[in-house]
Amino acid sequence: MEQDFSPLAESIKRYRGKPGILIPLLQEVQQIMGYLSIDTMAHLSRELDIPAAEIYGVATFYSMFKLKPQGKHIIRICKGTACHVSDADGIKDALKSSLGLEGEEDTTKDMLFTLMEVACLGCCSLAPVIMIDDTTYGKLSPDGIPKILERYAYEEGK
Amino acid sequence: MSEIKVKVGMASCGVAAGASEVYDVLTRYQKESGGFDLGSTACIGMCFEEPIVEFSGGSLGSVSLGAVDPAKIEEHLKDYLDNKLPDANIIQADKHNGKHNELLAGQTRIVLRNCGVIDPKSIEDYEAHGGYTALKKALAMDPDEIIDEVKASGLRGRGGAGFSTGLKWSFAARAKGKKKYVICNADEGDPGAFMDRSTLEGDPHNVIEGMIIGAYAMGADEGYIYCRAEYPMAIRHLLIAIEKAEEKGYLGKKILGTDFSFELHVKEGAGAFVCGEETALMQSIEGKRGMPTIRPPFPAESGLWGCPTNINNVETWANITYIINQGSVEFRKIGTDKSPGTKVFALAGKIAGSGLIEVPMGIELRDIIYKVGGGMKTDKPFKAVQMGGPSGGCIPASLLDTIVDYDSINATGAIMGSGGMVVMDSGTCMVDVARFFLHFTQSESCGKCTFCRIGTRRMLEILTRITEGKGEPEDIDKLEDLAANIIKGSLCGLGQTAPNPVLTTLRYFRDEYLAHIEAKRCPAGVCNSLLRYEVIPDKCVGCTACARKCPVSCISGKVKEVHYIDQEECIRCGACYSACKFGAINKG
Ligand SMILES: Cc1cc2nc3c(=O)[nH]c(=O)nc-3n(C[C@H](O)[C@H](O)[C@H](O)COP(=O)(O)O)c2cc1C
Ligand code: FES
Repeated sequence: MEQDFSPLAESIKRYRGKPGILIPLLQEVQQIMGYLSIDTMAHLSRELDIPAAEIYGVATFYSMFKLKPQGKHIIRICKGTACHVSDADGIKDALKSSLGLEGEEDTTKDMLFTLMEVACLGCCSLAPVIMIDDTTYGKLSPDGIPKILERYAYEEGK
Repeated sequence: MSEIKVKVGMASCGVAAGASEVYDVLTRYQKESGGFDLGSTACIGMCFEEPIVEFSGGSLGSVSLGAVDPAKIEEHLKDYLDNKLPDANIIQADKHNGKHNELLAGQTRIVLRNCGVIDPKSIEDYEAHGGYTALKKALAMDPDEIIDEVKASGLRGRGGAGFSTGLKWSFAARAKGKKKYVICNADEGDPGAFMDRSTLEGDPHNVIEGMIIGAYAMGADEGYIYCRAEYPMAIRHLLIAIEKAEEKGYLGKKILGTDFSFELHVKEGAGAFVCGEETALMQSIEGKRGMPTIRPPFPAESGLWGCPTNINNVETWANITYIINQGSVEFRKIGTDKSPGTKVFALAGKIAGSGLIEVPMGIELRDIIYKVGGGMKTDKPFKAVQMGGPSGGCIPASLLDTIVDYDSINATGAIMGSGGMVVMDSGTCMVDVARFFLHFTQSESCGKCTFCRIGTRRMLEILTRITEGKGEPEDIDKLEDLAANIIKGSLCGLGQTAPNPVLTTLRYFRDEYLAHIEAKRCPAGVCNSLLRYEVIPDKCVGCTACARKCPVSCISGKVKEVHYIDQEECIRCGACYSACKFGAINKG
């Protein structure tokens, strides 16, 4: 099925022909589409006359770009040094078991949450730390995780 | 305007600790009763006490409360307004006893002088604290004079390598080319560091003013601040600051009526550690994959879009206004001869006073940890402090009298780095720490150089094997061999320094590697596969709690009799250890 790319027309027009635009453009496109599919990148390549390989190269280089659909809420779990020595692994296990994720899975079946690891959230003094969307939670313990997640699930009426 | 001022610390760390709730309560109370001004500020550095509220302007002087409970703040404020010292957790006060008065007393604040003091969103507040006076002074100077002053100050780059800032500026100033750029490196990739975040959130104008002065001195008319996307508040504060500075004529065309124009942009990073490396960073601004390029040419000759470019770290830029205003002689009075000035450190890990500190160079590590940092967080003794992140190393207790300057820290095998200091206690396994950093550099390697791409992977495999109890005696030699080759065979600092965490832990904690390899034990009790859980017969009362919790039923024993764990069956999950209320299970 062809995806509808009309929501991207305005961004493409604004960036077309300018130097050094690829990263901000992809950020914007990802915001609109939720993620960067191969079809989306091919569309951008045609519209902007940038080789698809170059777009794909940039998209795969930076951890911010997602090539798969993402959950509604993004949970970033900090795996920086301070968090690592403060049992970030325990927090990750607690998150995974609360979300029912197994093995390498990172997104819940209901597409509500995606779990990702980041290097450091810059709140090391509150380690261990996670960030859900734009909200940071610090000084966590594995036992406290279900309560934090409940709030988000509650908003969805679940 | 009221005499009494109430300020809430609303940096990322404060908000994460619940400062918004406190602010909301105070806003409501102000609407009801008035009698005070309410404002926000950023991070004073005592992150372990967040949320923090400061009262000032009353007869009691300035009083700061820590770990504020939103339910009690109204009561505390009423007390203060009645000239009564609140019965609360007073962390700092100028006329009274504050719990942490002495933590701040050990510091010298140049870069952080305004952080936690001014409202970072208000340019007027910055101006009231001497803001943009350095720019006015600089614009009346000759560009060469400014560069000479920075050279004379002896300021060294705070991004890690410690190269002379004045010298670097003179290269860019001399380079031929009509168009030049200045860049502020705010990528702050070291996992465990947050100096640049706090500086940008707390005093963005100071960094911007430094950049304008640098641009004028070097003849640049455009600049970029490259900030990592994980710092949304820093980016927001920068954008507000740039807009206000443009309105006031400090940025833009014909700055303050001179012929000098300068345009400044914020570029958001996209999540790649290697983009902190200067040549990769410029590739990234150009919209490409952030792969480092060969130097020379250095950025000063051919940088962003082929133009001469000067790139400095956030903290380096943040020192400029002080140097211009106070002069290089005054700056040199702080710190040591070869490393003048101060250094900002982010203290984290197992330390009581985790947060942001700024200390004069030349201070002993011991003083940072036990005086300024307030000592260890728990009863467990100090084991090592990690400096310099993935490029750095672990400094052991025996070297705590090392002084903080570039050369002394390098001599330990660690590096000064950008300022991350992660304190570790006896519960931290050094092999696990080395593995942690190798995992980091291995996954962040851009893949250009074979040794960095594959060599780090081989090292990681060996380290993982050791932590899983499958290490072999030759592994240590193999690690040292690979390390030497990766250092030689890598183009950029990422690869060249990636082995440092392994080399320093091998140098100072070799015993711990041997314990893992030969005795198959993890002395710190961290590496899961090597742990043994055993019942301490003297302490076991036979309550059966452990046996009931054990998921594989490998604990036997009758009620009121000493229990026994079958090591063959045990999966080392630790459930018995958490279940025992009598401390009768030994983990080690
Ligand atoms: C892998 C790697 C990562 C780096 N990350 C940073 C960083 O996050 N911030 C920074 O200021 N410098 C970083 N640097 C150092 C920069 O390349 C550069 O030396 C620095 O920005 C120069 O500024 P300074 O002279 O003010 O220190 C990094 C270097 C390497 C090799
Ligand atoms: S290490 Fe987790 S926030 Fe920095």
